Amino acid sequence: MTKITMTVNGKAASKDVSDNTLLVEYIREHLRLTGTHVGCDTSQCGACVVHVNGQAMKSCTMLAAAAEGATVTTVEGLATSKDDLHPMQVAFKENHGLQCGFCTPGMIMTATDMVKRYQEAGKELTEDAIRHELEGNICRCTGYHNIVKSIQDGASKMTAA
Amino acid sequence: MYTTKYHKASDAANAASLLGASPEAKILAGGQTLIPTMKQHLAAPSDLIDISGIAELSGVTIEQRKKLGVLKAKGGETITIGATTTHYDVANNADLAAVCPAITGLAANIGDPAVRHRGTLGGSIANNDPAADYPAALLALGATIHTTSRDISADDFFTGMFSTALNEGEVIKSVSFQAPANAGYGKFPVPASRYAMVGVFVAKSIDGDVRVSVTGAGDDGVFRHAGLEAALSSDWSSASAAGVNVGAEGLLSDIHGNAAYRANLIGVMAKRAVDAA
Repeated sequence: MTKITMTVNGKAASKDVSDNTLLVEYIREHLRLTGTHVGCDTSQCGACVVHVNGQAMKSCTMLAAAAEGATVTTVEGLATSKDDLHPMQVAFKENHGLQCGFCTPGMIMTATDMVKRYQEAGKELTEDAIRHELEGNICRCTGYHNIVKSIQDGASKMTAA
Repeated sequence: MYTTKYHKASDAANAASLLGASPEAKILAGGQTLIPTMKQHLAAPSDLIDISGIAELSGVTIEQRKKLGVLKAKGGETITIGATTTHYDVANNADLAAVCPAITGLAANIGDPAVRHRGTLGGSIANNDPAADYPAALLALGATIHTTSRDISADDFFTGMFSTALNEGEVIKSVSFQAPANAGYGKFPVPASRYAMVGVFVAKSIDGDVRVSVTGAGDDGVFRHAGLEAALSSDWSSASAAGVNVGAEGLLSDIHGNAAYRANLIGVMAKRAVDAA
């Protein structure tokens, strides 16, 4: 057991965990933040995507120990309150960007990461670019169309915000 | 995942000594292959030595070529990429894209965005997956792999499927190569995994030497293709690449495609690689 300390959603977290604890287990089982999902557990589906030091990563494919000292944001950390959702969350809600919702936390974390990267680089986030960027996120309900629409809308909402 | 002991290495020498101290220890960089492999119980290292936080192992440096005699068109810069440089950082390095767009483009198409944020060049070549992209690039670019104990040429480094010349207790620090006059990569990804069903990297050095490497197709990992090298040496064109008769001997047959299919794809990808160069 090793004490692993990191900042999760702006709050200091510190837990004694075994060395083989995955970051997603640390988040879900030790911090009880169950918004981050485990879908495939084989690095393919992206339901477990969180931001580590500002970059989207698959928390099922990373040890908690490797995130020692890191700043982590999960889907719970995006909204300031229940009534004040992040623009990307609003966009998914308004554009029906989900059906069962299982993939949604990962979709939203991937979406906010891609919008930030494209905006910082001054690149246009086209529909093709969104579809390419969603390579590592699998949805088995929507057929992706409304997810792509949501991200386009979320991107403009994030620019306006 | 089986139990393991996690160590955070302070520098490359410390990583090498920790690695040498235990016969079942493994280096952990981005972990984008190692962690899934451990989860499937296909690997059970007693110790994991995390090198991802070591500053000296990360980053790209480009040393300009000394201008001797007649200035050649382009290429010749010495490019060094640290072992823990992520695919994302290679893909988005504008200075590197200016001198070797083939390698930044290759990095931009490994895995998916989240994997690229974490996966590293050193991890890719140390694993030497027979369908990985970087081994093809380093072999065709005639790169040198710098480890904690020596320098190894790419020709000597990749010794077969999932196998390299690395010894026990030896850690990759960086790779370096001369920017080519011209290079390109053609990749046909397996639709599900995005690993290369066949990937062909073509490179022409500033001295006119042509090297062509193939990943995804060989039954013993990445290899150079003499026929394509000869054809492109005499005529650097996609038509010349397309004219080479690529045989199926020594190629992989699996659920995704048989050896004859891969042989055909090698020709097609070589053609695309030259077009992209």
